[in-house]
Amino acid sequence: MHAEFVQLSLTPILIGIFASVACALPGNFLILRRQALIGDAISHVVLPGIVVAFLLTGGVASMAMMLGAAGAAVLAVLLIEAVKRLGRIEPGAAMGVVFTSMFAGGVLLLEQSDTSSVHLDVQHALMGNLESLIWFKAKGWHSLADPAALAALPDELPRMALVCLVVVALTVIFWRPLKISTFDEGFARAIGLPVAAIGFGLVVTAAVAAVAAFDAVGSIIVIAMFICPPAAARLMTNRLEAQVLWSVGFAVLAAVLGYVFAGYGPLWFGGAEAVSAAGMIAAVSGLILGLACLFGPCRARVGQGRDPAEA
Amino acid sequence: MSDLLAALTLQAGYNAALVAIGAALLGFAAGAAGTFLFLRKRALVSDAVAHATLPGVGLAFILMVALGGDGRSLLGLLAGSAVTAGVGLLLVEWIARRTRLAEDAAIGAVLSVFFGIGVVLLTVIQTMSSGRQAGLESFLLGSTAGMLYLDAVVIAVGGALSVLAVWVLRRPMTLVSFDPDYAAACGYDVRRIDLAMMALVMAVTVIGLKIVGLILIVAMLIVPPVTARFWTERAGRVIWIAAGLGAVSGYVGAAVSASAPALPTGPIIVLTATALFLLSLLFAPARGVLAAVLRHRRFQRRVHRRQGLLALARGELIHDPLTLSVLRRAGLIRADGVATEAGRAQAAKAARDEHRWEIARLVNQDTALTGRYDGLTPIERVFTADQIAEFDRHLGPPRPVAGDAAGA
Repeated sequence: MHAEFVQLSLTPILIGIFASVACALPGNFLILRRQALIGDAISHVVLPGIVVAFLLTGGVASMAMMLGAAGAAVLAVLLIEAVKRLGRIEPGAAMGVVFTSMFAGGVLLLEQSDTSSVHLDVQHALMGNLESLIWFKAKGWHSLADPAALAALPDELPRMALVCLVVVALTVIFWRPLKISTFDEGFARAIGLPVAAIGFGLVVTAAVAAVAAFDAVGSIIVIAMFICPPAAARLMTNRLEAQVLWSVGFAVLAAVLGYVFAGYGPLWFGGAEAVSAAGMIAAVSGLILGLACLFGPCRARVGQGRDPAEA
Repeated sequence: MSDLLAALTLQAGYNAALVAIGAALLGFAAGAAGTFLFLRKRALVSDAVAHATLPGVGLAFILMVALGGDGRSLLGLLAGSAVTAGVGLLLVEWIARRTRLAEDAAIGAVLSVFFGIGVVLLTVIQTMSSGRQAGLESFLLGSTAGMLYLDAVVIAVGGALSVLAVWVLRRPMTLVSFDPDYAAACGYDVRRIDLAMMALVMAVTVIGLKIVGLILIVAMLIVPPVTARFWTERAGRVIWIAAGLGAVSGYVGAAVSASAPALPTGPIIVLTATALFLLSLLFAPARGVLAAVLRHRRFQRRVHRRQGLLALARGELIHDPLTLSVLRRAGLIRADGVATEAGRAQAAKAARDEHRWEIARLVNQDTALTGRYDGLTPIERVFTADQIAEFDRHLGPPRPVAGDAAGA
């Protein structure tokens, strides 16, 4: 049982946790800046990015894919800004125009090119394939100390861990400027912070997290983790520090519970096969958010106590 | 090319013709319904609605199989998707109204969670014995390949009903889109009209699932209204222009997709709409980028001409190449920079107008009039001939301009 757990479930759970945390951290700031849907837009435009990278390089080397996806994400952000300014269109609609168009272009390219030989299709891009990231060489917990077995870990694990670490480091290093520019842009500008650069850096960080996570777990988890854990955390506390910690906790909880429910839940109900782990992780994060909406201590708007007539 | 022509003229076969007509009707309804959403600045709510249809499709399939059917009836699947889309919509409203979370966070949360649940249900269905060939994945990106006559009828009737609903509700919905407070003061129930608007969006989404798919249907609701907005400033016209653009995108997209293999219908429709959007963004008469550039250049030239004339009047050297070229092209200076007869006359006029403005500011205390001085507006457009004659009494007779501009 232990050996089986290490072999089949340990790496997917760890990858899920790293992906969730890497997305939830920038999500906190995106939500406070009313940019929550940037995550949605980014996770859609990743598809054309990897398709173009595939067409240019002819292979599925993950570095090229990551670069293509990150390039597409940055391009999308610039295009959204351009459409917003040039056409004087409200941000939501500008975003909708850009990401749907790029996604449609990606699907068309994918259909036009011969990708049948490689594992590249829309469904995989959306749903990921967390369950397949298993650690073949593992014999049990002791394999964690065995260099030969460790070398056979799926590539996604070290990459996701690295990205997660980078995101955590960036959040800690740029904590003060991020916090100040998020809450009071005018003040941040007055004390000389490069507000526009901070905003763009945040979006790029989110894009990097999204691209790395997308590669391993599909875009549903990416959108869900950008929004649900930070949103639930926002309803738990009024302090940013606490909110970020809550969101990390919720992200880890959703990843673990989601994976366990997906893998073992059907067995409890007499089913034979597991269901999609990515979908289940998103569903659990939604459940957490739902509970926070109903019972979170700070769920009401400031100054708007609960109306006794409506409660 | 002839394949495309055949498809565009509905000659490419029975199925392709059905799809093209259905897509045109859908595009019409989506463009019109999306306009209200766009004017209300809630375009992305439709994204949440669209993604929330997926669990409904799965649940409806499971339910129909459990009741003994084969689970693939389009009407049943669409009914199921409408139910969860409605639940998702209400949840977005509820989260945005009852908690401190902003609407965008609510949209993102509902979108991702419902989609996640939908994916879980799809994997459940794949393990069911009757689910292996269900083909429910086609609802993600739409698929028109095997569309049945009955499916096309469902889409056409649904599209027509949505258009009718837009027609009936256009006045209250336009009012609410522009000024909800005023609408409330007029006695309209804003919340109910909002819900009706959303119900319309939901209907279009559900109808579009089969053709465009749930990921791209938002484009049908967002892109045509944004495009239409470039062409007019009147709400009543935006609705019908958006509807027309949506219909054209749907029709052309479906036809192009039918004309060759490996051209998926949904993405082609969306890219057609995007092409129309880009054309409008660049070339629309008043709000387009090209028009703005031309406007800017015209303004720039007026400023340079005016400043150049004043410099001529003061006998100063002109160094700026743009000013020189503007004056030269207007025949106000010669190639060597010396003012021509016409140039001296206009320079004298410009200088005199400047002096008239100075007097005007002294004599006339009405800042609403003197405040209109911007160096470009002709003084004759602000003051009457009598007033200008009055200023001229203070100034004395006109003075001629002698000098040459570029030195010499």
